[in-house]
Amino acid sequence: MTRFATLCRKETLRFLKVSIQTVAAPVLTALLYLVIFGHALEGRVRVYDGVSYTSFLVPGLVMMSVLQNAFANSSSSLIQSKITGNIVFVLLAPVSYVEFFAGYVVAAIVRGLVVGAGVLAVTLGFVDLPLHHPAWILAFAVLGAALLGALGLVAGVISDKIDQVAAFQNFVIVPLTFLSGVFYSIHSLPALWQKLSHANPFFYLVDGFRYGFFGVSDFPPGASLAIVAAALLAVSSLNLWLLRSGYKLRY
Amino acid sequence: MRALDGVSLEVEEGEFFGLLGPNGAGKTTLINVIAGLVRPDAGHARVMGADVQSDYRRARRLLGVVPQELVFDPFFTVRETLRLQSGYYGLARNDAWIDEVMHHLDLTGKADANMRSLSGGMKRRVLVAQALVHRPPVIVLDEPTAGVDVELRQGLWHFVRRMNREGHSIVLTTHYLEEAETQCTRIAMLKEGRIAALDTTRNLLGSFSGVELRLHLDGPDLPPGIPGKVLERDGHAFRLRLANYRELEEALARLREAGITIREMELHPPDLEEVFLRLTK
Repeated sequence: MTRFATLCRKETLRFLKVSIQTVAAPVLTALLYLVIFGHALEGRVRVYDGVSYTSFLVPGLVMMSVLQNAFANSSSSLIQSKITGNIVFVLLAPVSYVEFFAGYVVAAIVRGLVVGAGVLAVTLGFVDLPLHHPAWILAFAVLGAALLGALGLVAGVISDKIDQVAAFQNFVIVPLTFLSGVFYSIHSLPALWQKLSHANPFFYLVDGFRYGFFGVSDFPPGASLAIVAAALLAVSSLNLWLLRSGYKLRY
Repeated sequence: MRALDGVSLEVEEGEFFGLLGPNGAGKTTLINVIAGLVRPDAGHARVMGADVQSDYRRARRLLGVVPQELVFDPFFTVRETLRLQSGYYGLARNDAWIDEVMHHLDLTGKADANMRSLSGGMKRRVLVAQALVHRPPVIVLDEPTAGVDVELRQGLWHFVRRMNREGHSIVLTTHYLEEAETQCTRIAMLKEGRIAALDTTRNLLGSFSGVELRLHLDGPDLPPGIPGKVLERDGHAFRLRLANYRELEEALARLREAGITIREMELHPPDLEEVFLRLTK
């Protein structure tokens, strides 16, 4: 327990020590999205009945921030430790691969939730947000952060250079989050794009998270949660398999 | 590429053991195998009976490794670094020992300094401290004095010798042969992944070179029948290789009998560098 807690503590301290970059900056980015998209599209895009576009946008932005920051935490920390060589301190110690996995992923969840809470706090100054099912909100936030933290860990393990992690982020994570329905309801999309959206696991995260606030969603939230849990299980298994084999960590 | 080939050796408990060899001989690879950082294709390594693969938790708890590279985590202070390292070994409350280690390594004044702000020598000390947070009975130092100033080097040896006296087994790799000569009781010399020599320091020195005698005489000739081999002569100066100290006694007796006066005399004891060069040539 101490080993896992220490690794988790280290990973958490690491981002808190540079919180301007790791917390304040993404909160500001989300706020800019809200101000600009809200101003440009309010009244022009129809979402759910009785829900203004700006209100609709807030949970999407919160979830997007949770996902991107959870991914950034584990991936950038691990690749930096690999490149600078200080990963050796963990590798020399009797830390098991399960503890290693849990330490990085739990810290990524913390980062995702801290940034998500920050985005929610500042955007609440602009919109009134209902709160239908807080338990769903928390469940999707935690599972989403865990999924992306685990994906970030995979990216960190298999990459040798920072630009490989950046490519993973820019060409996989960012497009999937932007196309997950953060800025629109997928019911407004043509049939083909609606179908494609259902193949994007992040769609279920955003949609289920939004359900917690408005009590309405494009997809049944229970099914969304099951899909997300299955994705998390798959990515975690891949992670544990990679870490157990020592792939690109122990030679 | 085969980094290690048929290396088999055992370090005794409480020993101060040296691992020598030119660059690329496999010293660091061997240490990384013991530390579990490299998995060998064949064979096994054990730390006090604990297999480094199958019983890795126990093996790693018994082992403290000071890596060769000057690595550090720029996010943390010295004390934070040592506390985190303790935690990785499952030690939640370790402050008393951390304070003691910092004291012995002269790090107390830098306890709250960020790792980034430390000089290279100071970072090296922190690496040593990190290897000791869990009081391992076996300590491995991979080139601990590379790029370290004389004062720190002496302080480091003082501390490591003390750990050795207190019962810790020490394994050292080094490029500085005089360090191995003065510190280690037994030495393995690696060459191209194989063991080229494995013996006590004393035997290695004894078996490979004799004593070199340098003389400056009052005349241009050596007495007849003087033992040893003349390596060089330059006017009244001579360099002789003698097999042992008995031959030295004999050489001095011959000089006295011949009535030759010695103006200057120097004696060079065997030198590990020579052993090393001959073995790795």
